Amino acid sequence: MLKGRAFKFGDAISTDHIAPGRLAHLRSNLPELAKHVLEDADPTFASRVKAGDFVVAGENFGLGSSREHAPLIIKMAGVSAVLAKSVARIFFRNAINLGLPVLICDTDKIDDGDELEVDLEKSIIKDKTNGSELTFGQIPPVMRRILDEGGLLPYIKKYGGFRVNSKS
Amino acid sequence: MAKTLAEKLLSLASGIDVKAGDIAVARVGLAFVQDTTGPLTLKEFEKAGFEKLTNPKRTALFLDHAAPSPNRQQATDHIGMRNFAARYGARLYDIGEGVCHQLVAEELARPGEVIVGADSHTVTAGALGAFATGMGSSDIAVVFGLGETWFRVPETIRVAVSGVFQKGVSAKDLILHLIGLIGADGATYKSLEFGGDVVASMPMTGRITIANMAVEAGAKVGLFPSDEVTRGFLATYGREADYQPLVPDSDAVYERVVAIDASSLEPTVSRPHAVDNTALAKDLKGIKIQQVFIGTCTNGRLEDLEAAAAILRGKKRHPGTRLVVAPASRRVLLAAMEKGVITTLVEAGAAIVTAGCAACLGLHQGVLGDGEACLSTANRNFLGRMGNPEAFVYLASPETAAATALRGDITDPREVL
Repeated sequence: MLKGRAFKFGDAISTDHIAPGRLAHLRSNLPELAKHVLEDADPTFASRVKAGDFVVAGENFGLGSSREHAPLIIKMAGVSAVLAKSVARIFFRNAINLGLPVLICDTDKIDDGDELEVDLEKSIIKDKTNGSELTFGQIPPVMRRILDEGGLLPYIKKYGGFRVNSKS
Repeated sequence: MAKTLAEKLLSLASGIDVKAGDIAVARVGLAFVQDTTGPLTLKEFEKAGFEKLTNPKRTALFLDHAAPSPNRQQATDHIGMRNFAARYGARLYDIGEGVCHQLVAEELARPGEVIVGADSHTVTAGALGAFATGMGSSDIAVVFGLGETWFRVPETIRVAVSGVFQKGVSAKDLILHLIGLIGADGATYKSLEFGGDVVASMPMTGRITIANMAVEAGAKVGLFPSDEVTRGFLATYGREADYQPLVPDSDAVYERVVAIDASSLEPTVSRPHAVDNTALAKDLKGIKIQQVFIGTCTNGRLEDLEAAAAILRGKKRHPGTRLVVAPASRRVLLAAMEKGVITTLVEAGAAIVTAGCAACLGLHQGVLGDGEACLSTANRNFLGRMGNPEAFVYLASPETAAATALRGDITDPREVL
Protein backbone atom coordinates (compact mmCIF):
# COMPACT_ATOMS: atom_id res chain seq x y z
CA MET A 1 0.00 0.00 0.00
CA LEU A 2 1.39 3.41 -1.03
CA LYS A 3 0.42 6.40 1.11
CA GLY A 4 1.05 10.10 0.74
CA ARG A 5 -0.18 13.51 -0.34
CA ALA A 6 -1.15 14.58 -3.84
CA PHE A 7 0.87 17.29 -5.59
CA LYS A 8 -1.29 18.42 -8.47
CA PHE A 9 0.10 19.51 -11.88
CA GLY A 10 -1.59 20.44 -15.14
CA ASP A 11 -1.44 19.04 -18.69
CA ALA A 12 1.66 18.68 -20.86
CA ILE A 13 4.28 18.73 -18.11
CA SER A 14 7.42 18.12 -20.19
CA THR A 15 10.75 16.61 -19.22
CA ASP A 16 12.06 20.20 -19.44
CA HIS A 17 9.70 21.14 -16.58
CA ILE A 18 10.88 18.09 -14.61
CA ALA A 19 14.64 18.13 -15.30
CA PRO A 20 15.50 21.29 -17.26
CA GLY A 21 18.10 21.05 -20.02
CA ARG A 22 19.90 24.08 -18.59
CA LEU A 23 20.84 21.86 -15.62
CA ALA A 24 22.43 19.17 -17.78
CA HIS A 25 25.74 19.87 -16.05
CA LEU A 26 24.22 18.41 -12.85
CA ARG A 27 23.29 15.08 -14.41
CA SER A 28 26.38 13.39 -13.04
CA ASN A 29 25.51 14.81 -9.60
CA LEU A 30 22.02 13.39 -9.16
CA PRO A 31 21.40 14.50 -5.54
CA GLU A 32 22.08 18.07 -6.66
CA LEU A 33 19.87 17.71 -9.77
CA ALA A 34 17.07 16.24 -7.62
CA LYS A 35 16.90 19.51 -5.66
CA HIS A 36 15.48 21.03 -8.87
CA VAL A 37 12.87 18.37 -9.66
CA LEU A 38 9.81 19.85 -11.42
CA GLU A 39 11.27 23.29 -10.79
CA ASP A 40 9.85 24.91 -13.92
CA ALA A 41 6.33 23.65 -13.12
CA ASP A 42 6.38 24.40 -9.36
CA PRO A 43 9.54 25.91 -7.84
CA THR A 44 8.35 24.96 -4.32
CA PHE A 45 7.74 21.26 -5.07
CA ALA A 46 11.22 19.96 -4.26
CA SER A 47 11.26 21.55 -0.82
CA ARG A 48 7.72 20.42 0.10
CA VAL A 49 7.55 16.84 -1.20
CA LYS A 50 7.95 14.03 1.35
CA ALA A 51 8.63 10.31 1.03
CA GLY A 52 5.53 8.52 -0.20
CA ASP A 53 3.85 11.52 -1.86
CA PHE A 54 2.30 11.41 -5.33
CA VAL A 55 2.76 13.49 -8.45
CA VAL A 56 -0.76 13.89 -9.85
CA ALA A 57 -0.96 15.32 -13.37
CA GLY A 58 -3.21 15.80 -16.38
CA GLU A 59 -2.71 14.72 -19.98
CA ASN A 60 0.57 13.72 -21.67
CA PHE A 61 2.77 13.86 -18.58
CA GLY A 62 6.50 13.61 -19.31
CA LEU A 63 6.44 14.51 -22.98
CA GLY A 64 9.65 15.44 -24.72
CA SER A 65 13.16 14.22 -24.09
CA SER A 66 14.22 10.63 -23.38
CA ARG A 67 16.23 11.78 -20.36
CA GLU A 68 15.78 9.10 -17.72
CA HIS A 69 16.91 11.70 -15.21
CA ALA A 70 13.31 13.01 -15.23
CA PRO A 71 11.64 9.95 -13.63
CA LEU A 72 14.85 9.26 -11.70
CA ILE A 73 14.79 12.54 -9.78
CA ILE A 74 11.04 12.23 -9.21
CA LYS A 75 11.79 8.87 -7.59
CA MET A 76 14.76 10.25 -5.68
CA ALA A 77 12.48 12.96 -4.24
CA GLY A 78 10.56 10.16 -2.55
CA VAL A 79 7.52 10.11 -4.84
CA SER A 80 5.87 6.68 -4.63
CA ALA A 81 3.89 6.87 -7.90
CA VAL A 82 2.91 9.22 -10.72
CA LEU A 83 -0.82 9.45 -11.40
CA ALA A 84 -1.89 11.01 -14.70
CA LYS A 85 -4.71 11.04 -17.24
CA SER A 86 -2.18 10.06 -19.89
CA VAL A 87 1.57 9.80 -20.14
CA ALA A 88 4.16 10.15 -22.90
CA ARG A 89 5.63 6.90 -24.18
CA ILE A 90 9.31 7.25 -23.31
CA PHE A 91 8.63 8.66 -19.84
CA PHE A 92 6.28 5.75 -19.11
CA ARG A 93 8.84 3.15 -20.09
CA ASN A 94 11.65 4.95 -18.25
CA ALA A 95 9.64 5.24 -15.04
CA ILE A 96 8.74 1.54 -15.02
CA ASN A 97 12.38 0.67 -15.81
CA LEU A 98 13.33 2.51 -12.60
CA GLY A 99 10.61 0.85 -10.54
CA LEU A 100 8.47 4.01 -10.35
CA PRO A 101 4.77 3.13 -10.90
CA VAL A 102 2.84 5.30 -13.39
CA LEU A 103 -0.91 4.90 -12.98
CA ILE A 104 -3.42 6.11 -15.56
CA CYS A 105 -6.63 7.39 -13.97
CA ASP A 106 -9.08 10.30 -13.91
CA THR A 107 -6.99 12.73 -11.89
CA ASP A 108 -9.73 15.42 -12.04
CA LYS A 109 -11.21 13.63 -9.02
CA ILE A 110 -8.12 14.37 -6.92
CA ASP A 111 -7.30 17.80 -5.45
CA ASP A 112 -3.94 19.22 -4.54
CA GLY A 113 -3.00 18.18 -1.02
CA ASP A 114 -5.44 15.23 -0.80
CA GLU A 115 -4.23 12.25 1.22
CA LEU A 116 -4.13 9.17 -1.02
CA GLU A 117 -3.73 5.43 -0.54
CA VAL A 118 -2.84 3.33 -3.57
CA ASP A 119 -3.27 -0.44 -3.68
CA LEU A 120 -1.23 -1.67 -6.65
CA GLU A 121 -2.56 -5.23 -6.32
CA LYS A 122 -6.24 -4.27 -6.37
CA SER A 123 -5.75 -1.30 -8.75
CA ILE A 124 -7.53 1.05 -6.34
CA ILE A 125 -6.75 4.63 -5.36
CA LYS A 126 -8.50 5.85 -2.19
CA ASP A 127 -8.74 9.59 -1.69
CA LYS A 128 -8.93 9.81 2.12
CA THR A 129 -9.63 13.54 1.96
CA ASN A 130 -12.77 13.48 -0.18
CA GLY A 131 -13.69 9.84 0.42
CA SER A 132 -13.75 8.85 -3.24
CA GLU A 133 -12.30 5.71 -4.81
CA LEU A 134 -10.70 5.50 -8.25
CA THR A 135 -9.45 2.64 -10.33
CA PHE A 136 -6.50 2.81 -12.69
CA GLY A 137 -5.71 1.07 -15.97
CA GLN A 138 -3.68 -2.13 -15.89
CA ILE A 139 0.02 -1.76 -16.56
CA PRO A 140 0.79 -4.03 -19.57
CA PRO A 141 1.98 -7.48 -18.33
CA VAL A 142 5.48 -7.16 -19.81
CA MET A 143 5.98 -3.88 -17.93
CA ARG A 144 4.31 -5.17 -14.79
CA ARG A 145 6.90 -7.94 -14.53
CA ILE A 146 9.71 -5.39 -14.85
CA LEU A 147 8.06 -3.19 -12.19
CA ASP A 148 7.58 -6.17 -9.86
CA GLU A 149 11.33 -6.87 -9.99
CA GLY A 150 12.03 -3.27 -9.00
CA GLY A 151 13.03 -2.12 -12.48
CA LEU A 152 14.80 -3.20 -15.66
CA LEU A 153 18.30 -3.78 -14.28
CA PRO A 154 17.14 -6.11 -11.46
CA TYR A 155 14.84 -7.85 -13.98
CA ILE A 156 17.69 -8.46 -16.42
CA LYS A 157 20.02 -9.56 -13.64
CA LYS A 158 17.44 -12.12 -12.54
CA TYR A 159 16.39 -13.47 -15.94
CA GLY A 160 19.42 -12.69 -18.11
CA GLY A 161 17.18 -11.40 -20.90
CA PHE A 162 13.60 -10.64 -21.86
CA ARG A 163 11.09 -13.29 -20.83
CA VAL A 164 8.20 -12.31 -23.07
CA ASN A 165 6.16 -13.86 -25.81
CA SER A 166 4.31 -12.16 -28.63
CA LYS A 167 1.00 -12.04 -26.78
CA SER A 168 2.16 -10.58 -23.49
CA MET B 1 -0.98 -11.01 -43.74
CA ALA B 2 -0.80 -7.47 -45.10
CA LYS B 3 1.55 -5.29 -43.06
CA THR B 4 2.25 -1.68 -42.26
CA LEU B 5 5.87 -0.57 -42.34
CA ALA B 6 6.09 -0.89 -38.54
CA GLU B 7 4.74 -4.45 -38.67
CA LYS B 8 7.17 -5.34 -41.46
CA LEU B 9 10.19 -3.89 -39.68
CA LEU B 10 9.45 -5.53 -36.34
CA SER B 11 8.67 -8.86 -38.02
CA LEU B 12 12.08 -8.66 -39.73
CA ALA B 13 13.90 -7.77 -36.51
CA SER B 14 12.12 -10.32 -34.30
CA GLY B 15 12.08 -13.18 -36.78
CA ILE B 16 8.40 -13.81 -36.11
CA ASP B 17 5.29 -12.61 -37.88
CA VAL B 18 3.95 -9.80 -35.69
CA LYS B 19 1.04 -7.43 -36.00
CA ALA B 20 -0.07 -4.31 -34.11
CA GLY B 21 -0.61 -5.04 -30.41
CA ASP B 22 1.85 -7.96 -30.27
CA ILE B 23 5.02 -7.87 -28.18
CA ALA B 24 8.24 -8.38 -30.13
CA VAL B 25 11.76 -8.97 -28.87
CA ALA B 26 13.79 -7.36 -31.64
CA ARG B 27 17.44 -7.55 -32.62
CA VAL B 28 18.91 -4.06 -32.56
CA GLY B 29 21.01 -2.97 -35.54
CA LEU B 30 22.40 0.22 -34.04
CA ALA B 31 22.36 1.68 -30.52
CA PHE B 32 23.69 5.04 -29.43
CA VAL B 33 23.87 7.67 -26.71
CA GLN B 34 24.80 11.33 -26.60
CA ASP B 35 26.59 13.41 -24.02
CA THR B 36 23.59 14.35 -21.85
CA THR B 37 22.16 10.80 -21.61
CA GLY B 38 25.35 8.81 -22.17
CA PRO B 39 27.02 9.14 -18.77
CA LEU B 40 23.99 7.61 -16.99
CA THR B 41 23.73 4.85 -19.63
CA LEU B 42 27.37 3.89 -19.24
CA LYS B 43 27.01 3.81 -15.46
CA GLU B 44 23.96 1.55 -15.76
CA PHE B 45 25.74 -0.70 -18.27
CA GLU B 46 28.46 -1.35 -15.73
CA LYS B 47 25.99 -1.59 -12.83
CA ALA B 48 24.10 -4.29 -14.76
CA GLY B 49 27.30 -6.32 -14.77
CA PHE B 50 27.85 -6.38 -18.54
CA GLU B 51 31.46 -6.94 -19.45
CA LYS B 52 31.34 -6.25 -23.16
CA LEU B 53 29.24 -4.66 -25.88
CA THR B 54 27.27 -7.13 -27.98
CA ASN B 55 28.10 -5.21 -31.12
CA PRO B 56 30.80 -2.56 -30.62
CA LYS B 57 30.88 -1.52 -34.28
CA ARG B 58 27.17 -0.75 -34.09
CA THR B 59 27.40 1.06 -30.75
CA ALA B 60 28.01 4.79 -31.01
CA LEU B 61 28.74 7.57 -28.51
CA PHE B 62 28.20 11.16 -29.66
CA LEU B 63 29.55 14.33 -28.07
CA ASP B 64 27.16 16.83 -29.63
CA HIS B 65 24.75 18.35 -27.11
CA ALA B 66 27.27 20.32 -25.06
CA ALA B 67 30.17 20.36 -27.48
CA PRO B 68 32.69 21.89 -27.12
CA SER B 69 31.94 21.58 -23.43
CA PRO B 70 30.61 24.78 -21.82
CA ASN B 71 31.63 23.87 -18.27
CA ARG B 72 33.74 21.69 -16.04
CA GLN B 73 31.04 19.10 -15.28
CA GLN B 74 30.23 18.37 -18.90
CA ALA B 75 33.89 18.37 -19.87
CA THR B 76 34.32 15.64 -17.27
CA ASP B 77 31.29 13.74 -18.61
CA HIS B 78 33.00 13.86 -22.02
CA ILE B 79 36.14 12.29 -20.56
CA GLY B 80 34.05 9.41 -19.21
CA MET B 81 32.48 8.82 -22.61
CA ARG B 82 35.81 8.91 -24.45
CA ASN B 83 37.25 6.44 -21.95
CA PHE B 84 34.26 4.10 -22.27
CA ALA B 85 34.52 4.11 -26.08
CA ALA B 86 38.22 3.29 -25.91
CA ARG B 87 37.74 0.56 -23.32
CA TYR B 88 34.82 -1.25 -24.99
CA GLY B 89 35.62 -0.49 -28.62
CA ALA B 90 32.52 1.61 -29.35
CA ARG B 91 32.46 4.25 -32.06
CA LEU B 92 33.11 7.73 -30.73
CA TYR B 93 32.07 10.92 -32.50
CA ASP B 94 33.86 13.78 -30.78
CA ILE B 95 33.00 17.50 -30.73
CA GLY B 96 32.40 19.21 -34.06
CA GLU B 97 31.42 16.04 -35.96
CA GLY B 98 27.77 17.02 -35.75
CA VAL B 99 24.40 16.14 -34.27
CA CYS B 100 23.97 12.42 -33.55
CA HIS B 101 20.84 12.07 -35.69
CA GLN B 102 22.46 13.72 -38.70
CA LEU B 103 25.51 11.46 -38.38
CA VAL B 104 23.30 8.39 -37.97
CA ALA B 105 21.59 9.31 -41.25
CA GLU B 106 24.85 10.07 -43.06
CA GLU B 107 26.97 7.16 -41.84
CA LEU B 108 25.12 4.50 -39.92
CA ALA B 109 21.38 3.94 -40.43
CA ARG B 110 20.36 1.03 -42.63
CA PRO B 111 16.86 0.55 -44.03
CA GLY B 112 15.11 -2.39 -42.36
CA GLU B 113 16.96 -2.38 -39.04
CA VAL B 114 15.96 -1.40 -35.54
CA ILE B 115 17.79 1.66 -34.20
CA VAL B 116 17.55 2.79 -30.59
CA GLY B 117 19.14 5.83 -29.04
CA ALA B 118 19.08 7.55 -25.68
CA ASP B 119 17.55 10.59 -27.31
CA SER B 120 13.91 11.15 -28.21
CA HIS B 121 14.78 12.39 -31.71
CA THR B 122 16.21 8.99 -32.61
CA VAL B 123 12.97 8.74 -34.64
CA THR B 124 14.88 10.76 -37.28
CA ALA B 125 16.26 7.59 -38.91
CA GLY B 126 12.72 6.52 -39.76
CA ALA B 127 13.36 8.70 -42.82
CA LEU B 128 15.58 5.89 -44.12
CA GLY B 129 13.08 3.12 -43.43
CA ALA B 130 14.58 2.03 -40.10
CA PHE B 131 12.45 1.32 -37.01
CA ALA B 132 14.16 4.04 -35.01
CA THR B 133 13.05 5.21 -31.59
CA GLY B 134 14.24 6.95 -28.46
CA MET B 135 14.59 5.24 -25.09
CA GLY B 136 16.02 6.01 -21.69
CA SER B 137 19.42 5.16 -20.33
CA SER B 138 18.42 1.85 -18.66
CA ASP B 139 16.90 0.49 -21.87
CA ILE B 140 19.93 1.50 -23.92
CA ALA B 141 22.36 0.06 -21.35
CA VAL B 142 20.56 -3.28 -21.67
CA VAL B 143 20.65 -3.08 -25.48
CA PHE B 144 24.40 -2.40 -25.31
CA GLY B 145 24.77 -5.60 -23.29
CA LEU B 146 22.18 -7.88 -24.90
CA GLY B 147 21.79 -6.59 -28.47
CA GLU B 148 18.01 -6.76 -28.24
CA THR B 149 15.02 -5.11 -26.65
CA TRP B 150 11.26 -5.50 -26.45
CA PHE B 151 8.58 -3.51 -28.25
CA ARG B 152 4.85 -3.45 -28.37
CA VAL B 153 4.16 -3.40 -32.11
CA PRO B 154 2.45 -0.04 -32.65
CA GLU B 155 -0.78 0.68 -34.45
CA THR B 156 -0.21 2.97 -37.43
CA ILE B 157 -1.59 6.32 -38.49
CA ARG B 158 -1.02 6.72 -42.22
CA VAL B 159 -0.31 10.29 -43.34
CA ALA B 160 -1.10 10.56 -47.05
CA VAL B 161 0.28 13.73 -48.62
CA SER B 162 -0.86 14.85 -52.07
CA GLY B 163 -0.53 18.07 -54.08
CA VAL B 164 2.51 20.33 -54.55
CA PHE B 165 4.26 22.62 -52.07
CA GLN B 166 3.80 26.31 -52.82
CA LYS B 167 6.89 28.47 -53.14
CA GLY B 168 8.25 29.26 -49.67
CA VAL B 169 6.58 26.22 -48.11
CA SER B 170 8.58 23.13 -47.17
CA ALA B 171 8.64 19.86 -45.22
CA LYS B 172 8.90 21.75 -41.90
CA ASP B 173 5.58 23.47 -42.57
CA LEU B 174 4.02 20.10 -43.33
CA ILE B 175 5.10 18.48 -40.06
CA LEU B 176 4.23 21.55 -37.96
CA HIS B 177 0.81 21.58 -39.63
CA LEU B 178 0.32 17.87 -38.90
CA ILE B 179 1.28 18.24 -35.22
CA GLY B 180 -1.07 21.22 -34.90
CA LEU B 181 -3.79 19.10 -36.47
CA ILE B 182 -3.47 15.92 -34.39
CA GLY B 183 -1.92 17.41 -31.23
CA ALA B 184 1.21 16.77 -29.19
CA ASP B 185 -0.27 13.46 -28.05
CA GLY B 186 -2.13 12.71 -31.29
CA ALA B 187 0.10 9.74 -32.12
CA THR B 188 1.18 8.59 -28.63
CA TYR B 189 2.44 4.95 -28.77
CA LYS B 190 1.70 4.88 -32.53
CA SER B 191 3.67 4.68 -35.73
CA LEU B 192 3.26 7.65 -38.07
CA GLU B 193 3.72 6.29 -41.59
CA PHE B 194 4.18 8.83 -44.38
CA GLY B 195 3.12 8.20 -47.98
CA GLY B 196 1.50 9.71 -51.04
CA ASP B 197 2.80 11.49 -54.14
CA VAL B 198 4.55 14.27 -52.26
CA VAL B 199 6.42 11.79 -50.09
CA ALA B 200 7.42 9.60 -53.04
CA SER B 201 9.28 12.52 -54.63
CA MET B 202 10.44 14.20 -51.42
CA PRO B 203 14.23 14.40 -51.07
CA MET B 204 15.83 12.79 -48.03
CA THR B 205 16.43 16.12 -46.28
CA GLY B 206 12.67 16.77 -46.10
CA ARG B 207 11.97 13.21 -44.99
CA ILE B 208 14.50 13.65 -42.19
CA THR B 209 12.86 16.90 -41.04
CA ILE B 210 9.48 15.19 -40.86
CA ALA B 211 10.59 11.93 -39.24
CA ASN B 212 12.62 13.93 -36.70
CA MET B 213 9.46 15.59 -35.37
CA ALA B 214 7.23 12.48 -35.24
CA VAL B 215 7.96 12.31 -31.50
CA GLU B 216 6.46 15.79 -31.09
CA ALA B 217 3.09 14.16 -31.81
CA GLY B 218 3.98 11.46 -29.27
CA ALA B 219 4.79 8.83 -31.91
CA LYS B 220 7.05 5.84 -31.27
CA VAL B 221 8.34 6.02 -34.84
CA GLY B 222 7.92 8.18 -37.96
CA LEU B 223 8.43 5.93 -40.95
CA PHE B 224 9.13 6.51 -44.62
CA PRO B 225 9.39 3.85 -47.32
CA SER B 226 12.86 2.85 -48.42
CA ASP B 227 12.89 3.60 -52.14
CA GLU B 228 14.99 5.13 -54.92
CA VAL B 229 15.34 8.38 -52.94
CA THR B 230 16.80 6.31 -50.10
CA ARG B 231 19.12 4.46 -52.47
CA GLY B 232 20.32 7.76 -53.91
CA PHE B 233 20.94 9.24 -50.45
CA LEU B 234 22.91 6.19 -49.32
CA ALA B 235 24.93 6.24 -52.55
CA THR B 236 25.93 9.86 -51.85
CA TYR B 237 27.63 8.63 -48.68
CA GLY B 238 29.15 5.56 -50.32
CA ARG B 239 26.65 3.23 -48.66
CA GLU B 240 24.53 1.92 -51.54
CA ALA B 241 25.20 -1.63 -50.29
CA ASP B 242 23.08 -0.81 -47.21
CA TYR B 243 20.02 -0.26 -49.40
CA GLN B 244 17.00 -2.53 -49.44
CA PRO B 245 13.56 -1.55 -50.73
CA LEU B 246 10.78 -1.50 -48.11
CA VAL B 247 7.20 -0.40 -48.62
CA PRO B 248 4.02 -1.05 -46.66
CA ASP B 249 1.56 -3.52 -48.18
CA SER B 250 -1.18 -1.80 -50.16
CA ASP B 251 -3.87 -3.49 -48.06
CA ALA B 252 -2.21 -2.91 -44.67
CA VAL B 253 -4.58 -2.08 -41.82
CA TYR B 254 -4.34 1.45 -40.46
CA GLU B 255 -5.89 2.83 -37.32
CA ARG B 256 -6.58 6.02 -39.19
CA VAL B 257 -5.56 7.85 -42.38
CA VAL B 258 -4.84 11.57 -42.27
CA ALA B 259 -4.93 13.17 -45.73
CA ILE B 260 -2.98 16.39 -46.27
CA ASP B 261 -3.05 18.52 -49.41
CA ALA B 262 0.42 20.08 -49.62
CA SER B 263 -0.91 22.73 -52.05
CA SER B 264 -3.03 24.22 -49.27
CA LEU B 265 -0.17 24.53 -46.76
CA GLU B 266 1.25 27.92 -45.84
CA PRO B 267 4.34 28.87 -43.81
CA THR B 268 3.53 27.60 -40.31
CA VAL B 269 4.90 28.48 -36.88
CA SER B 270 4.66 26.78 -33.47
CA ARG B 271 4.13 29.34 -30.76
CA PRO B 272 5.39 29.14 -27.16
CA HIS B 273 5.35 26.83 -25.23
CA ALA B 274 3.97 23.85 -27.17
CA VAL B 275 4.78 22.39 -30.57
CA ASP B 276 1.07 21.85 -31.33
CA ASN B 277 0.30 25.53 -30.66
CA THR B 278 0.53 26.34 -34.36
CA ALA B 279 -0.44 29.40 -36.40
CA LEU B 280 0.31 30.76 -39.87
CA ALA B 281 3.39 32.98 -40.12
CA LYS B 282 1.36 35.66 -41.88
CA ASP B 283 -0.89 35.95 -38.81
CA LEU B 284 2.04 36.51 -36.43
CA LYS B 285 3.39 39.63 -38.11
CA GLY B 286 4.62 42.20 -35.62
CA ILE B 287 5.92 39.72 -33.03
CA LYS B 288 9.48 40.92 -32.38
CA ILE B 289 12.24 38.33 -32.44
CA GLN B 290 15.60 38.98 -30.75
CA GLN B 291 17.34 35.82 -32.00
CA VAL B 292 16.93 33.61 -35.04
CA PHE B 293 18.52 30.17 -34.77
CA ILE B 294 19.04 28.10 -37.91
CA GLY B 295 20.36 24.58 -37.47
CA THR B 296 19.73 21.32 -35.55
CA CYS B 297 18.87 17.77 -36.58
CA THR B 298 15.53 19.12 -37.80
CA ASN B 299 16.78 21.81 -40.20
CA GLY B 300 20.56 22.14 -40.17
CA ARG B 301 21.36 20.41 -43.47
CA LEU B 302 22.91 21.94 -46.58
CA GLU B 303 19.52 22.40 -48.27
CA ASP B 304 18.26 24.27 -45.18
CA LEU B 305 21.26 26.61 -45.08
CA GLU B 306 20.91 27.16 -48.84
CA ALA B 307 17.23 28.04 -48.45
CA ALA B 308 18.13 30.61 -45.79
CA ALA B 309 21.07 31.96 -47.83
CA ALA B 310 18.84 32.43 -50.89
CA ILE B 311 16.71 34.84 -48.85
CA LEU B 312 19.61 36.58 -47.07
CA ARG B 313 21.98 36.92 -50.07
CA GLY B 314 23.26 40.49 -50.39
CA LYS B 315 21.18 41.65 -47.41
CA LYS B 316 21.76 42.22 -43.70
CA ARG B 317 19.96 40.85 -40.69
CA HIS B 318 17.72 43.29 -38.85
CA PRO B 319 19.87 45.20 -36.32
CA GLY B 320 17.65 44.07 -33.44
CA THR B 321 17.80 40.40 -34.39
CA ARG B 322 20.82 38.17 -33.81
CA LEU B 323 21.31 35.30 -36.24
CA VAL B 324 22.96 32.08 -34.99
CA VAL B 325 23.66 29.30 -37.47
CA ALA B 326 24.81 25.76 -36.53
CA PRO B 327 25.39 23.28 -39.35
CA ALA B 328 24.07 19.80 -38.49
CA SER B 329 27.41 18.13 -39.23
CA ARG B 330 30.99 18.71 -40.24
CA ARG B 331 30.11 17.46 -43.74
CA VAL B 332 27.30 20.00 -43.95
CA LEU B 333 29.68 22.75 -42.82
CA LEU B 334 32.29 21.78 -45.41
CA ALA B 335 29.74 21.59 -48.24
CA ALA B 336 28.23 24.93 -47.20
CA MET B 337 31.71 26.48 -47.21
CA GLU B 338 32.50 25.07 -50.65
CA LYS B 339 29.25 26.41 -52.07
CA GLY B 340 29.71 29.88 -50.57
CA VAL B 341 26.65 29.48 -48.37
CA ILE B 342 28.61 30.19 -45.18
CA THR B 343 30.06 33.35 -46.75
CA THR B 344 26.58 34.55 -47.69
CA LEU B 345 25.26 33.91 -44.17
CA VAL B 346 28.25 35.56 -42.47
CA GLU B 347 27.98 38.58 -44.77
CA ALA B 348 24.32 38.83 -43.77
CA GLY B 349 25.41 39.04 -40.12
CA ALA B 350 25.22 35.42 -38.97
CA ALA B 351 27.31 34.03 -36.13
CA ILE B 352 28.35 30.52 -37.16
CA VAL B 353 28.80 28.08 -34.28
CA THR B 354 30.17 24.54 -34.04
CA ALA B 355 28.38 21.78 -35.92
CA GLY B 356 26.25 20.16 -33.22
CA CYS B 357 23.11 20.78 -31.18
CA ALA B 358 24.21 24.32 -30.25
CA ALA B 359 21.44 26.53 -28.83
CA CYS B 360 18.62 24.01 -29.35
CA LEU B 361 18.38 22.71 -25.80
CA GLY B 362 19.60 25.69 -23.87
CA LEU B 363 23.07 24.60 -22.80
CA HIS B 364 25.21 27.10 -24.69
CA GLN B 365 25.81 29.02 -27.94
CA GLY B 366 22.66 31.14 -27.84
CA VAL B 367 20.89 30.86 -24.48
CA LEU B 368 18.10 33.46 -24.35
CA GLY B 369 17.81 36.40 -21.96
CA ASP B 370 14.77 37.18 -19.79
CA GLY B 371 11.76 38.12 -21.88
CA GLU B 372 13.50 37.43 -25.19
CA ALA B 373 11.95 35.58 -28.12
CA CYS B 374 13.76 33.25 -30.49
CA LEU B 375 12.52 31.91 -33.79
CA SER B 376 14.25 28.58 -34.26
CA THR B 377 14.32 25.86 -36.88
CA ALA B 378 14.55 23.22 -34.13
CA ASN B 379 11.89 20.77 -33.03
CA ARG B 380 10.90 21.80 -29.52
CA ASN B 381 9.72 25.00 -27.84
CA PHE B 382 8.79 23.90 -24.33
CA LEU B 383 9.02 26.36 -21.45
CA GLY B 384 12.71 26.72 -20.63
CA ARG B 385 13.85 24.77 -23.67
CA MET B 386 16.47 27.29 -24.74
CA GLY B 387 17.90 27.66 -21.25
CA ASN B 388 15.55 30.24 -19.76
CA PRO B 389 11.99 29.72 -18.52
CA GLU B 390 11.47 33.49 -18.89
CA ALA B 391 12.05 33.30 -22.66
CA PHE B 392 9.84 32.40 -25.64
CA VAL B 393 10.59 30.00 -28.50
CA TYR B 394 8.84 29.89 -31.88
CA LEU B 395 9.50 27.06 -34.35
CA ALA B 396 9.47 27.43 -38.13
CA SER B 397 11.17 26.54 -41.42
CA PRO B 398 14.59 27.88 -42.50
CA GLU B 399 12.77 30.08 -45.04
CA THR B 400 10.61 31.69 -42.34
CA ALA B 401 13.68 31.98 -40.09
CA ALA B 402 15.67 33.83 -42.76
CA ALA B 403 12.77 36.16 -43.58
CA THR B 404 12.34 36.88 -39.87
CA ALA B 405 16.06 37.62 -39.46
CA LEU B 406 15.74 40.23 -42.23
CA ARG B 407 12.67 41.98 -40.90
CA GLY B 408 13.11 41.56 -37.14
CA ASP B 409 9.57 40.30 -36.60
CA ILE B 410 7.91 37.05 -37.62
CA THR B 411 7.68 37.17 -41.41
CA ASP B 412 6.02 34.96 -44.00
CA PRO B 413 8.91 34.13 -46.35
CA ARG B 414 6.68 34.64 -49.40
CA GLU B 415 6.94 38.37 -48.65
CA VAL B 416 10.66 38.37 -49.33
CA LEU B 417 11.04 35.70 -52.00
